[in-house]
Amino acid sequence: MTNLLNAILVLILVMNLFALGTSRINAVIRTVALQGILLGIIPLLVHKHLTVPVAIMIGAAIAIKGVVIPSIMTRALRDAQIKREVEPLIGLLPSIILGAAATAFALLFAGQLPLAAQHYGTLLVPTSIATVFVGFIFLVTRYKAISQVIGYLVLENGIFIFGMLLIEAMPLIVELGVMLDLFVGIFVTCIIINHINQAFSSMDTRRLVSLKE
Amino acid sequence: MILFPLMMAAIALLVPSNRLRPWLLPITAVIYSATTVFVLTRPDLMITNEWLILDPPARIVLLVVSTLFLFCSFYTVGYLQYRKERSNRVFCACLIGFLGIMSVVVWAHHLGLMWVAIEATTLVTAPLIYFNRTPRSIEATWKYLMVGSVGIALALLGTFFLAYASLQSGLESSLAFEDVLRNAPLLSKPWLHAAFILLLVGYGTKMGLAPMHTWKPEVYGEVPGVVGAIFAGGVTSCAFLAVLRIYQICLAAGENAYISRLMVFMGLFSMAVAGLFMVNQRDFKRMLAYSSVEHMGILVLGLGIGGPALFGTLLHIMTNGLTKGVLFLSSGNIHRAYNSKSTDVVRGAMRRLPLSGTLFLAGFLAITGSPPFGPFISEFAILNGAFDTGRFITAGIFLAMLLLVFIGMGATVLTVVQGRPPAHVEDTEYRDGFLTAAPVVILMVMVLLIGLYIPGPLGTMIKDAAGFLEGRP
Repeated sequence: MTNLLNAILVLILVMNLFALGTSRINAVIRTVALQGILLGIIPLLVHKHLTVPVAIMIGAAIAIKGVVIPSIMTRALRDAQIKREVEPLIGLLPSIILGAAATAFALLFAGQLPLAAQHYGTLLVPTSIATVFVGFIFLVTRYKAISQVIGYLVLENGIFIFGMLLIEAMPLIVELGVMLDLFVGIFVTCIIINHINQAFSSMDTRRLVSLKE
Repeated sequence: MILFPLMMAAIALLVPSNRLRPWLLPITAVIYSATTVFVLTRPDLMITNEWLILDPPARIVLLVVSTLFLFCSFYTVGYLQYRKERSNRVFCACLIGFLGIMSVVVWAHHLGLMWVAIEATTLVTAPLIYFNRTPRSIEATWKYLMVGSVGIALALLGTFFLAYASLQSGLESSLAFEDVLRNAPLLSKPWLHAAFILLLVGYGTKMGLAPMHTWKPEVYGEVPGVVGAIFAGGVTSCAFLAVLRIYQICLAAGENAYISRLMVFMGLFSMAVAGLFMVNQRDFKRMLAYSSVEHMGILVLGLGIGGPALFGTLLHIMTNGLTKGVLFLSSGNIHRAYNSKSTDVVRGAMRRLPLSGTLFLAGFLAITGSPPFGPFISEFAILNGAFDTGRFITAGIFLAMLLLVFIGMGATVLTVVQGRPPAHVEDTEYRDGFLTAAPVVILMVMVLLIGLYIPGPLGTMIKDAAGFLEGRP
């Protein structure tokens, strides 16, 4: 069980780096969608006894992270007629290296933190921290509004992985709140992106500088 | 109390008339304030459960926000009469909805629920920023959503860390505030430290502490004055309440030295950043935003000093909230009378708008801590606390920052109110009306009254809250 779990987590780490190194926005969105679906599988492995609330949560996770949000983003992309590639602040290769460094740092850092007995041997904590870091790299180094939304999604994925540690202890309602907020947040953001597009005829946040000091 | 404003928000969405709809705001606000007074005077009557409890610090925030909202609601009716061309359906609904969600934040006694509610305040306030539909307001909304969401995501990670701290210590993992507080001394230290940093940064983003304050000048610069008042007095107070809860947990865990160092640093840093940006600031609304950053810094600094400074800190929530109301509402009036918020154009506000100009000047004197206004008392109490605990260097820097802010803000404010309007500036029709001036006058009088004399019940309430934070029964 732990082996399978760790295999999935390693896959998620690889996807982080792949997303950082891909230039086509469509491919990045698909990668993040796949990551979302993989995240939906994790509770099955962590949670020993599958109950109805857990099953509902898994379904919701897969549906929202893997299907709904990516399709909203693809639509925003199509409406906005973006075909150009992502334009990072730093090159694609440096951002992969940065992501790899962040992953290594996360592994070291997680080694310092004490774990509860039932969580020894899993990569949940380092994967979570590394994914949060990768989300930050996305947010900081990308200019396109939609890439920043993707970065935020990756960040939320990292937090979701950490939530797996607590899934048996926390009330379901909080987990659902997380999903709901994520969904609404992205939804609102997409609306805003559309408006930005109308007003600026580009989704480049570099143009959003008229309020600079 | 939570459901009522949400219901009114739904009604606001349904009411077809653009002229009648704003009146829902004062109606809601009056009923809500009456309920607040009722709840505060007869706490024993309220039915509570494990998730929703009104504890002493929450009472202060509730009082501040409902007072501020009451006056803002009347102001909004006056304001929207000048903005007839724009549909105010979403604006009104979001404003009332914010009141409802704010109540959830105040009542929540569960860290998860509190987080959900604070995230919801982010979402419900975003359309308010977008009200003007200009490219600049889109930009402000975008920055607010992005920075705010990242902050709130970090706060969630911090909440998870906190839950894991109790799981790792073999305790029953629960995020109910009472349980966490009771088990605080047993929590796993490394996780608690990490959780504290994440939560302080996360909710600090929502409060607008430097260096996570970047959304503030953008947003406050672009929103209508009334929304600025709600943000600076309401949203930030709610976020500060969240910080208070974390503070209390760490205090109960005996981490006093660790958190106090961090908080004093964050507080002074915010004040310094605000002071530096305020000097030579030509946009008077952005100046108010930096003033808000400064006062969030003062609040966190007060917490960091702790002990004798807690009374001043809690009082400062109140005085800051009300004074910010005065400043933002009067600056909104000035903005409308000149159609500009740059000090190149806006001069001689005293001549064009005698009432708003005077209020703006009085609000400036109050917020920078001049006697005899309320903020003077609270800032003096925090300073006193710093001396009492032997933090002379902190107190010295605090004073120097206050002076810097006074000079920087004073230059801008005096340019705005003094002199005479430049000849080439177009004259607008706007003059102070009853609805846009009277609420501001009452708020100003309240700020003055708190400075002269703190009413007995209010003093008791704040003392209770300070005692509660320190874990005294």
